[in-house]
Amino acid sequence: MSLSFGVFLRTQKVTKRLVKTTNIRGVLQRCAYTYTSKMRLLAHNMLACNVKGVVNGYPLTIHATKIETNESEFNGNFIVHMLGKLDWGAFLKACKEVNASEDLPEEIPSRDAFGTEEEQYEMFLRKVHHALLEVTVVEGHLECPESGRKFPIENTIPNMLLNEDEV
Amino acid sequence: MSRPELTAPAEYFYDAAEAKKYTASSRVIEIQERLTERALELLNFPRDDVPRFLLDVGCGSGLSGDRLTELGHHWVGVDISRGMLNHAVEREVEGDVFESDIGHGVPFRPGVFDGCVSISAIQWLCNADKSEHDPRKRLKAFFSQTYRCLKRGAKCAFQFYPENARQAEMIASSALRVGFSGGLVVDYPNSTRAKKYFLVLAAGPPDSMPTAKTDEANDYANAKQDVVGRGGGKNKFKHNNNNNSEFGLGVKKKRKGDKHARTIYVGSKSHPEGKGKAWVMKKKKQMRNRGVQVANDSKYTGRKRKERF
Repeated sequence: MSLSFGVFLRTQKVTKRLVKTTNIRGVLQRCAYTYTSKMRLLAHNMLACNVKGVVNGYPLTIHATKIETNESEFNGNFIVHMLGKLDWGAFLKACKEVNASEDLPEEIPSRDAFGTEEEQYEMFLRKVHHALLEVTVVEGHLECPESGRKFPIENTIPNMLLNEDEV
Repeated sequence: MSRPELTAPAEYFYDAAEAKKYTASSRVIEIQERLTERALELLNFPRDDVPRFLLDVGCGSGLSGDRLTELGHHWVGVDISRGMLNHAVEREVEGDVFESDIGHGVPFRPGVFDGCVSISAIQWLCNADKSEHDPRKRLKAFFSQTYRCLKRGAKCAFQFYPENARQAEMIASSALRVGFSGGLVVDYPNSTRAKKYFLVLAAGPPDSMPTAKTDEANDYANAKQDVVGRGGGKNKFKHNNNNNSEFGLGVKKKRKGDKHARTIYVGSKSHPEGKGKAWVMKKKKQMRNRGVQVANDSKYTGRKRKERF
């Protein structure tokens, strides 16, 4: 690390609280990553309602009352890896619900479609990255498409707790 | 050592104050980091620099998640304690966290995770904090839904603190019952403090079991692993069987599916002619040696009775 520790702390805007609650090593580790907080579309894409009796509790509809955008480090490899796992339809639907859709194609374009245009492909990946990992739902609720069960989101954390009769 | 499991349910025990205390302790941080590293080692991903998508069960304030992020993976966490999760958000961890009771299963669609880790969490499933709670049902719900949301062939490494051997066995067998393969890896089995239980499971066909770390040198290669699984028990049984048939006492058979696993003799069927004079003489000698009174040997010993009619 070429930066001096003081400069490094200032540039990363580390609060006094962080310095107090974690050891120095922890602070440095925290600085190495950009700050983000949770319930983003990537996790939403994996989320399904597991209430007893619900056959198709996917995808959960997002009703957001507060949305934030935080920057996050781009990793092309990871996005390519996740493209194989994503339910693209559910992703596009979620993008619309949080107003994050930026002219994404209806279907996942194959790598070959871009041919030698590396930049174009990276542009596409960056768009996906933005929607997947930078848009955060802070407040609102999720709704199961089948049962209509609502899961509240508070402080970016969806409450997926079930009642005993729903297990 | 006190067990928090015995004091209060997880969602009440880990309140805001406890979460802060827990996360600020450098000792806890260090242990959590080391356990996470070991768990990831047990998952044994190929070294191809592709960030994996992992599930962190009982992520708490994200101490284990921090380590996963540092090691270049992406994670999603579930925990029942709101206090811990709020603290995780406050600390601005990298993964997405959900408030969910793992005893009710995990709310994810099938086949999405490349692996699953859990640090010091799944022993909580064995608690019955509410009247509706049945540890076996909770374990089943957790393992079956975890199995479902993993990619085929994906591995799990659950570090946990069993209260006793029976609890460890119960957790391991619940996992095997829903289709996982694998077993327990016990690190440093001879040390009281460093001893750590890892339940290593594969959702689908297993490649190989990882090796447990021990204090001893490498020449104890065979004694390295402490695996409690189904395979071990079966082999033992086979071995016993061989011993019995070598013994000249007729064939011992174990009935399949017998609850009490009684041993029954089927000598009369395999020896419709009787066991012969030699066998009778041998038995008589054995009894004599034990000091039991037996009839004197004669030319009639071991002979069949005449058929009367």
